[in-house]
Amino acid sequence: MPQMNSTLDFRSLIEPNRVNSRLYYDPAVFQEELEKIWYKTWVYVGHTSEVPNKNDYVTKSIGPTPILMVRDKDNEIRLLFNKCPHRGNQLCAYEKGNRSTFTCPYHSWTFSTSGDLMGYALPEGYVGTDKKGLGLGKVPRIAIYRGFVFGSMAKDGPSLEEHLGGAKASLDQLLDNSPDGELDLTAGFLQHRTKANWKFILENETDGYHPGFVHSSIFSVAQSGIANLYGSDSTALTRDFGNGHTEFDLRPEWRRLDQPLAWFGTTPDRLPEYVAAMDAAYGPERARKIMIDGSPHTMIFPNLFIAEIQLFVIQPISVSESIQHVTAIQFKGGKDINRRLRQQTMGSVGPAGFLLADDTEMYERNDRGARIRDPEWLVLTRGLHRETRDENGFLVGHSTDETTQRGIWRHYLELMAE
Amino acid sequence: MNAHVTSNGNGTLGALNDLSPMELHYHVSQFLFMEARLQDTHAYDEWESLWTDDAIYWVPANGHDIDPETQMSILYDNRSRISIRIKQLKTGRRHTQTPRSELGRIISNIEIVGVTADEVEVLANALIYEDNLRGETVWAARNTYKLRVVDGIFRLVRKKVGLVNNAKPIFTLSFLV
Repeated sequence: MPQMNSTLDFRSLIEPNRVNSRLYYDPAVFQEELEKIWYKTWVYVGHTSEVPNKNDYVTKSIGPTPILMVRDKDNEIRLLFNKCPHRGNQLCAYEKGNRSTFTCPYHSWTFSTSGDLMGYALPEGYVGTDKKGLGLGKVPRIAIYRGFVFGSMAKDGPSLEEHLGGAKASLDQLLDNSPDGELDLTAGFLQHRTKANWKFILENETDGYHPGFVHSSIFSVAQSGIANLYGSDSTALTRDFGNGHTEFDLRPEWRRLDQPLAWFGTTPDRLPEYVAAMDAAYGPERARKIMIDGSPHTMIFPNLFIAEIQLFVIQPISVSESIQHVTAIQFKGGKDINRRLRQQTMGSVGPAGFLLADDTEMYERNDRGARIRDPEWLVLTRGLHRETRDENGFLVGHSTDETTQRGIWRHYLELMAE
Repeated sequence: MNAHVTSNGNGTLGALNDLSPMELHYHVSQFLFMEARLQDTHAYDEWESLWTDDAIYWVPANGHDIDPETQMSILYDNRSRISIRIKQLKTGRRHTQTPRSELGRIISNIEIVGVTADEVEVLANALIYEDNLRGETVWAARNTYKLRVVDGIFRLVRKKVGLVNNAKPIFTLSFLV
């Protein structure tokens, strides 16, 4: 292994068209990522539909840190650290529930769902102590875009909308596919653990080069037409939105086909309730356009991946361990499409999924390979000669090009070299 | 395969509720051990042939009593999806099983909890040792089975694999569990 120095010069590890393997396995790199990415920038935490009622809570995370996402008694979404301020005990031991207070089991300190300390056991021992400064830690900034809840541990910095930039359009595109314009993420998450660095997952989500090979087994036995999207003749695009956000844009292919719901491998007559609800919500003409374009395939840096019909949250645990949290997209008012969304999701993703089990096998082989000494540098040159800019000024490449990975690393270097 | 299978492939199991508890327990145990062996040895076609057409192969997530029709499961296959799963494994390009997991499992605590003339409900625990490229993993599950006598042999109608840690993050589960 190369020498590990105590100070890292990221400019010497990342070049525009190649990256050093050390970025994937050096624990010192991971520590700096926690400070400069996970505990600083906007990170996706959860969705408002996961806490529909007052005093609902779910255990979420920002990087390796557990976070309680709560809808408090005043209907406000809160992001609280799951740590009793008295002796540092893990406060809540459950994944989700509804409760008006959180009581620490150690010394019975009790907190409101807003995080304020309400009382402690045997209070005569705390004469002169002010409860105000003894509430739960709060994620300094919280911002919600159309139900998507993000947190930032930096007190100051770009707004969420500035951070999302061009990728905001992908969230809008996703919500257009819902008759009510909203999601209902209530099917529960699968949690897929992997011995691999989180960046292998991040980079793979909008990699259009691998599916024809990694997923050829399921494409061949399920008579899927998807494989053609990842071939030489595909008109699909890879796109770099900036700020590390990337997209695999399939709309050129779907528009060429001009068939509603082809993106979902089905036809309107098989989902009559959904199609009727879409027609009623948007009018038949616009509904048809939405159902041709379909749902986006977009990776929002660093951890929210919309994979058409699934929502993934990437969580780094250590330099060489990550968790992929994944649930089926469920459209509010979507009726008959929601069962199909769940069934397809259960088949495709999670630990036993036809697709993700093989992707995750690649992540683990990536991770072991990165530690091998030679070659030290990994190449990202694919499609450099045919990269162009779209009408919005975003870099786009062929569906199999590494425009997306180069975009991710460009943003990563900006954050890490600060 | 099944005990008492004749040369034409049919078995000799008759009405289950005519069997003594010990005879029934013996036949059920032999079937579960055989299923475990087919899984451990990646005998994909033989394992697939155990299933009836109305099969449900289910590995719940986030608890043991969830509704698989509204909640995400790790695996929730009907007969046609079982077939796709087996076909994928047989392509040789199911990378997570290329090379295949080395497996050894123990099926124990076999308890018969319901019996009719042609069906039996069974509980059993499974402890599975897996070795693959990633390393060694031990899986533990509380299983529920529904078996049906068809042409004198047991077939699998329903198998629920209740992984004890199904509410936690788990590694890839791509062998037949």
